[in-house]
Amino acid sequence: MVGLEDLYREIILDHYRSPRNRGELAVPPARRVEGFNPLCGDEIILYVHVDDNNVIEDVAIGGQGCSISQSSASMMSVAIKGKTLEEARKLIIAFKGLMSIHETTIGGDGRESDIGIELDGSADNVKLGDLEALRGVVKFPIRIKCATLSWNTLAQALVEPTVA
Amino acid sequence: MTLPAGIKDDFPLLDQKFCGHQLVYLDSANTSQKPQVVIDAMANYYQTSNANVHRGSYELAVKATDALEGARAKVAQFINADSPAEIVFTKNATEAMNLLARSWGQANLNANDAVVLSEMEHHANIVPWHMLHAEKGIELRWIPVDKSGHLDLSNLDCLLDGAKLLSVTAMSNVLGTLNPITELAKRAHQAGALMAIDASQYVPHVPTDIAALGADFMVFTGHKMLAPMGIGVLWARANLLEEMPPFLGGGEMILNVTKEGFTTNEIPWKFEAGTPMVGEAVGLGRAIDYLTDLGMANVRQHEVGLTAYALRTLTERYGDKITIQGPTEPAERGGVMSFLYGDVHPHDVAQVLDQKGIAVRAGHHCAKPLMDVLNLSSTTRASLYVYNNESDVDKLADALATIDDIFSF
Repeated sequence: MVGLEDLYREIILDHYRSPRNRGELAVPPARRVEGFNPLCGDEIILYVHVDDNNVIEDVAIGGQGCSISQSSASMMSVAIKGKTLEEARKLIIAFKGLMSIHETTIGGDGRESDIGIELDGSADNVKLGDLEALRGVVKFPIRIKCATLSWNTLAQALVEPTVA
Repeated sequence: MTLPAGIKDDFPLLDQKFCGHQLVYLDSANTSQKPQVVIDAMANYYQTSNANVHRGSYELAVKATDALEGARAKVAQFINADSPAEIVFTKNATEAMNLLARSWGQANLNANDAVVLSEMEHHANIVPWHMLHAEKGIELRWIPVDKSGHLDLSNLDCLLDGAKLLSVTAMSNVLGTLNPITELAKRAHQAGALMAIDASQYVPHVPTDIAALGADFMVFTGHKMLAPMGIGVLWARANLLEEMPPFLGGGEMILNVTKEGFTTNEIPWKFEAGTPMVGEAVGLGRAIDYLTDLGMANVRQHEVGLTAYALRTLTERYGDKITIQGPTEPAERGGVMSFLYGDVHPHDVAQVLDQKGIAVRAGHHCAKPLMDVLNLSSTTRASLYVYNNESDVDKLADALATIDDIFSF
């Protein structure tokens, strides 16, 4: 039997209690992208500032939602800050890979193709670190969309035209 | 005890475990479970009576047609309609409301004509009118919801001034509020407007006399009243249905078709293009028999009592920690209880409850404009029906305590 301890791991609850990189960034230079889960009304407002060297110089997260969507966003913000766009894309692929088995079967929204990111194995060796704690979410298929909301929003931000 | 003590046994689905616990089903405002007699009636239809309706000349086809039209007659009687001809079968309440907007709305509403809605409507009674706003420029006006979860009617005359239609829910699927339909219909008519009711949460739970309610249109759905998914109803006064243009075109809805055009069938078949959902209609008819045997007055009494017990139990045990939306007086509401538990997100509340075998809904309940008014993004919603009892409420109350084990910070 799947227990709640598989879902609500301590590090997840920690990010929920004390979300990192919460706030807003000035637009421009940052980009602002919103993500919604129409099923539950959760929303992520993501600010990403990419510098001239294609490095994610700063990230900020706004919006509201459940413990899984908020902690996933918080952990994502920590993971991508200071990374290059290429590294961030690989992280998205790796994280979506962690979640993908079920996401496509539970009314998958086809976002992978929409955002031009394919699960092609190129990110197989990417280290997810703390994000691994979200692995338990796949045992609760309804919550996978909570965990992927911020990542889909990030992917959307990264396919938008590079900041001039 | 207004309903039979062993009523749960009539519902085979309820006799199973989830997460190691006996299922406690508290999501009937979403969809209801089905008694064995409804499941049997549908199986029996397919075992003995299935043929296409209104077409075959053989006896089996007559039997199938009788099954469909017999169900229609039961619906008419259940809501005290003048005639089965006033009962149009649709896929669900949403399709029924779209039929109203597409047919009556297209024919009768022009740019700047006003349709009055309330802020507590389900999306099914909002989006079809938004679509007519986009296409024809109709004006939408909104009756506000006050802090107690009731409609604020202080400005109603002004809202109705010059309006063509007032379309309001009879019972809110979020707040549980029972709205004063008879009064609203009277005031709509005084202002020269017609009155439509979304009765999806009302017909399953409250004795319904459409003549007494005084409305002109009413929509509801079978699956929330012990019947299968896939059948809903538009009721309208016969003279209105006669004047309304058809909705979908095809077989069944015509009297004659030539290369030049077509003439429409009589009501209600004018609005029922294509092969209808006969098995589902049979299921709805049997569900109506079941509810009639229980007695709708008893159903309502049971739910008022159980709602009172739930409001009392949850408030006594959790005090300020739990915020239940909508009217506090059980007689003014149905058994739909949307609540917030501390600052724990409703999805997390529902997840913890699921672990105890308790099924509730978390989210915006397809009523986003209302959620905006309440300044909420979502709520947890427990909703009651004939098969629920005080033990179910106790289990809900007990399970809420375990949320603090995870989210006490």
